[in-house]
Amino acid sequence: MKKPIIRLGVAFMLAVAAAGAAASGAETPIERWPSDRAKSLGSLQNGARIFVNYCMGCHSANLVRWNRLQQIGLSDAQIKEFLIFGNQKVGDPMRIAMTPAEAKRWFGKTPPDLSVITRARTSFEYPGTDYIYTLLRGYYRDNGTATGWNNIAYPSIGMPHTLWERQGAREATLVQTHGHKDPKTGHESFVQVTSVYDAQGNVTRTETELKGPATEGFSYSFKPADAQQARQFDSDVADLVAFLSFITDPSSASRRSIGVWVLLFLALFTVIAWRLNAIYWKDIK
Amino acid sequence: MAEYKTPYTGIAGWFDQRMPTAMAEYRKHLSEYYAPKNFNIWYIFGGLAITVLAIQIVTGIFLVMNYKPDAALAFASVEYIMRDVPGGWFIRYMHSTGASFFFIVVYLHMFRGLMYGSYRTPRELVWIFGCLIFLCLMGEAFFGYLLPWGQMSYWGAQVIVNLFGAIPLIGPDLSIWIRGDYVIGDATLNRFFSFHVIAIPLVLIGLIAAHVLALHDVGSNNPDGVEIKKKLDPSGRPLDGIPFHPYYTVHDIFWLAIFLMVFFFVVFFAPEMGGYFLEWNNFIPADPLQTPPHIAPVWYFTPFYSILRATTEQFMYVLALGTIGMSALLVLTVRNSLVRGAVAVGTLVLLLGYFTLDPKFWGVVLMGLSVLIFIPLPWLDQSPVKSMRYRPGWHFWLMIVWVVAFVVLGYFGTQPPSPAGQYTSMLGTVIYFAFFALMPWWSRMGTFKPVPDRVTFHPH
Repeated sequence: MKKPIIRLGVAFMLAVAAAGAAASGAETPIERWPSDRAKSLGSLQNGARIFVNYCMGCHSANLVRWNRLQQIGLSDAQIKEFLIFGNQKVGDPMRIAMTPAEAKRWFGKTPPDLSVITRARTSFEYPGTDYIYTLLRGYYRDNGTATGWNNIAYPSIGMPHTLWERQGAREATLVQTHGHKDPKTGHESFVQVTSVYDAQGNVTRTETELKGPATEGFSYSFKPADAQQARQFDSDVADLVAFLSFITDPSSASRRSIGVWVLLFLALFTVIAWRLNAIYWKDIK
Repeated sequence: MAEYKTPYTGIAGWFDQRMPTAMAEYRKHLSEYYAPKNFNIWYIFGGLAITVLAIQIVTGIFLVMNYKPDAALAFASVEYIMRDVPGGWFIRYMHSTGASFFFIVVYLHMFRGLMYGSYRTPRELVWIFGCLIFLCLMGEAFFGYLLPWGQMSYWGAQVIVNLFGAIPLIGPDLSIWIRGDYVIGDATLNRFFSFHVIAIPLVLIGLIAAHVLALHDVGSNNPDGVEIKKKLDPSGRPLDGIPFHPYYTVHDIFWLAIFLMVFFFVVFFAPEMGGYFLEWNNFIPADPLQTPPHIAPVWYFTPFYSILRATTEQFMYVLALGTIGMSALLVLTVRNSLVRGAVAVGTLVLLLGYFTLDPKFWGVVLMGLSVLIFIPLPWLDQSPVKSMRYRPGWHFWLMIVWVVAFVVLGYFGTQPPSPAGQYTSMLGTVIYFAFFALMPWWSRMGTFKPVPDRVTFHPH
């Protein structure tokens, strides 16, 4: 419930999100991003392609230069030919044409720059990569919202589901359990609300009173029309998250490999310093 | 004037002939500085603090070469350093990791002082300079934390500067004067940059020089709290002292190597340290229109921040009780009637203040006091012996209770406000202050063990 509130700026939206989070009663379960994707150049390149084609309509990555993508195995010529639209140079930042002011006028809020997004979305509870992996796979059709889309990880999200064609139609089932305490008797009762959103966004709600004690909670499940396509989509999102995670901290791979040598050197140095120390202190009685 | 004949040969001789001060200082501070031979692991942290200072200064010099102290450019310039400056990520992670390690080693260094009574006569000035260094370090960390211009930088600075607004009468104007604007802005960033890179470091280096010079004049304490200068050999050297160089230089180099392994493990493998060294929210650029739901200072400030948060309207009653108890204790134990009168009047004024002024103001006062209370420690501690080794066992455990309170306060300072955290922080605050306020009484109580004439030392 923290995450949505961070993203919504103005007080009005804050209130909406708080209400949404309160309605959900508990935190959305965050799924694990398959982190082995970060090690595969193919995945990173696929992620870059999806990022440029689907995300960069609205989101920039201004802190990243195009030629940084050499690190994921692309040559300048490939970057120019396959990834850069328009007249940007490979040494330019990954800019977009839309200005922040225009974006604000059109969408009400400027879509954030995604250069450091997986770090910025990390919390003590889960890594930002898991959050974005859950978010991008958490869309469902909901006729009750302005965009026609809603999201299990971010209720009433402003961003539409740009990847919907890749994901394909699916039905969502959201199960919310909340407790209600009678102020007079102090008796606590639990109600389970099951909302089924069909592929067109029409909702069917059923409420069942739970017998006996229960805990507040939220769970969800999706039923895709085409399971094969849905699996491919999950894999693409995992690649996209790998790419976002790469641009967040491009030095991380070399950092780790240099780190091993630094620690080995220091270990050797420690042994020498330890023996030197022992030689000197031998005299002290 | 007779020509000075140097006893040195080679390069040392060349220097000594031309600048005898150089070799004299070398002797005074290194080769003929006699340090007790029974130092244990707690004595490595002063040297480590100097090392971290050196790391911070050198990496800081390189960071300033590419950093832009401008509200519109600062955030991107830090990421530019991390991405496009060759080796920039290494420099920046060393600096951010160094900030946290500075506090780790300084807290351990201070704990050592507390444990072995290193602040007692004749080392009061060493201790006071040390406390001032700690204050400077806090200032340095606070000003530096604004520079990356992330959300936590911005809102952390906003919260802390707003605290000055709680001071009666001058508060609101004072906080505007500090910021140079009605909110944290470009003017604030520029002045904080100036404080961080030049003003505070200058004072800091001066204080460190004073700290070390004062220490080398009176000599180091040791785990036994024995004055080694009381037992000299025929040539006037302390019997239990050994030259700092080479014995403690090789010793400190060994521990430095181990320290560097820990330090560089963090730099290379966990520079964010799970969100404690680099806070996740600080990777979102500062936005004056968007307050983060949970603003927490970096971990090293959180014990003091918890004390601030614990001071609510409810806590004022606890504070009033504590003040009354304290003044009753003073009136009953101090004979001087002038002091008694002053205590009574002071108590009345305080009680009046507790329930007329905003509790937030008292929170600020307590937070300030929680840092400054270290300064009078040499006079609060009335124990007949210095070291915990020869004090009653429960003195040690009392100190551990205080340390636990400090850590627990620190933990709850990182967490969002909660009722459990609130009451625990109140209890922690009471323990924190009671430990110091009652020290003049409890530190004399109990059975003390006999202090040996000479230090206890087992050859390695």
